[in-house]
Amino acid sequence: MTDNAPEHTAQQRQLLSLDVNGETHELLTEPRRTLVDVLRHDLRLTGTHVGCEHGICGACTVLLDGAPVRACLMFAAQAEGKEIRTVESLADGTRLNDLQQAFSEHHGLQCGFCTPGFLMLAEGFLAERPEASKEEIREVVASNLCRCTGYQTIVEAIDDCAARRRAALRSRLEGTAHHNGDSRDSEDENTSETVPPGAACEEVPCGSTTRSR
Amino acid sequence: MKPAAFTYHRARDVEGATRLLAELGDEAKVIAGGQSLVAMMNFRLARPGHLVDIGGLAGLAGLRTDSGGGLHIGALTTHHAVETAPADALGPGFAVLRDAMRWVGHLPIRTRGTVGGSLAHGDATAEWCLLAVLLDAELVAHGPDGERRIAAAEFFHGYYTTALEPDEILVEVVFPRPAPHAALTEFAERQGDFATVSAAVDLEPADGGGHFTAARVALGGVDAMPVRVPEAEDALVSGGAPGPELYARTAAVAAESVDPPSDGNGSAHYRRVLIRTLVARACEEAMAR
Repeated sequence: MTDNAPEHTAQQRQLLSLDVNGETHELLTEPRRTLVDVLRHDLRLTGTHVGCEHGICGACTVLLDGAPVRACLMFAAQAEGKEIRTVESLADGTRLNDLQQAFSEHHGLQCGFCTPGFLMLAEGFLAERPEASKEEIREVVASNLCRCTGYQTIVEAIDDCAARRRAALRSRLEGTAHHNGDSRDSEDENTSETVPPGAACEEVPCGSTTRSR
Repeated sequence: MKPAAFTYHRARDVEGATRLLAELGDEAKVIAGGQSLVAMMNFRLARPGHLVDIGGLAGLAGLRTDSGGGLHIGALTTHHAVETAPADALGPGFAVLRDAMRWVGHLPIRTRGTVGGSLAHGDATAEWCLLAVLLDAELVAHGPDGERRIAAAEFFHGYYTTALEPDEILVEVVFPRPAPHAALTEFAERQGDFATVSAAVDLEPADGGGHFTAARVALGGVDAMPVRVPEAEDALVSGGAPGPELYARTAAVAAESVDPPSDGNGSAHYRRVLIRTLVARACEEAMAR
């Protein structure tokens, strides 16, 4: 710390109130705590990972009022009054949500370090752009870094999840499920829980060597 | 790394924020979206003793057009808000702004980063800085003595240095006239990185399209701030019929008219090669609108 600002070296703390995954947390913390550090260290929500700490890798991506943001590039104090969602909000107990399920089915993860960031990135993006094309998904996936999968399976997982959500929405709107000749869409009318394992793999070579490690 | 300790202040209104900045002096930094500042603080390249958070100020976000056809963008408007602005909020005259947003970082940066923050940060390769210089934007700063308007040509002074006083806050940027034939393009080593070179043009074809009555060409990444290239603009206006040949000639003139730096992102020669490609590409894209 610089000599001309000794008053800041003290453990100056401030009271914060954060809304995380629908719960209000009050905590006393230093202003310099970034949102990701507060989530992990103060709230013990360690699902959100921290990688580069300068906004490049995206491992810390969370939703702020529904939009994907880098939790390392904002101070927790800036998140007061906003709705924060972390990866812990996705699963219902031990039951994965449809996006997580799609990542699993498409082998969209290996070591898993980047996965919470990709999941929250995709949740935020699909909420805004449910009709996203595969090309748009590919561009958004470029926001985050993964050093294992090579991204293709992540793109496919997100694309598949989006297609299923669209199909589910269509069938809800129409009040009744019906087949329209599109084999993927007709499968998509099932909920993710009832899709047999491997069903989502028909369009992608599950046994390809690129994912065999 | 973790940032150095600081005192956090949350501004309630613009007047309060500027008063506080005047009181705190050089020790204070304004934070809006923080997409550049927090990264610099995490690296401890910046160690402000005080942060004044203007992110929650009401009335500083949004787009509106004025009766003269100008577009006003509130300083706290995010890049993503411009990227997703409804067509009637921007109109064909400002589609260049919307389309340029895809070059600004990545989606999770654009949802937090603000137009005013980017301009006040003054990165030499920032898209908003380039657009402001290209389109003669005016920047509205609020200080203890009220508001003043600064022309973009006078706003950028050098690397991360602007005409803003330490106790001033950028509140709005005004793009004074529509630019229906404008485009920005750039090259970066990876998508979302800072541009090695960025190029933007604003073209005014004559009725009938036989030549250009006016043209603007601006480059980023070749100097300490975005620069206009008058030699390339002359080449466009005096060069005859619009088309690939004219654009290639113009781009070659642009490449020879600037003195780009050599650094880790590329040599001066490499940047000139990029300019030759990007200026021509920007012209094509601008005329394709």
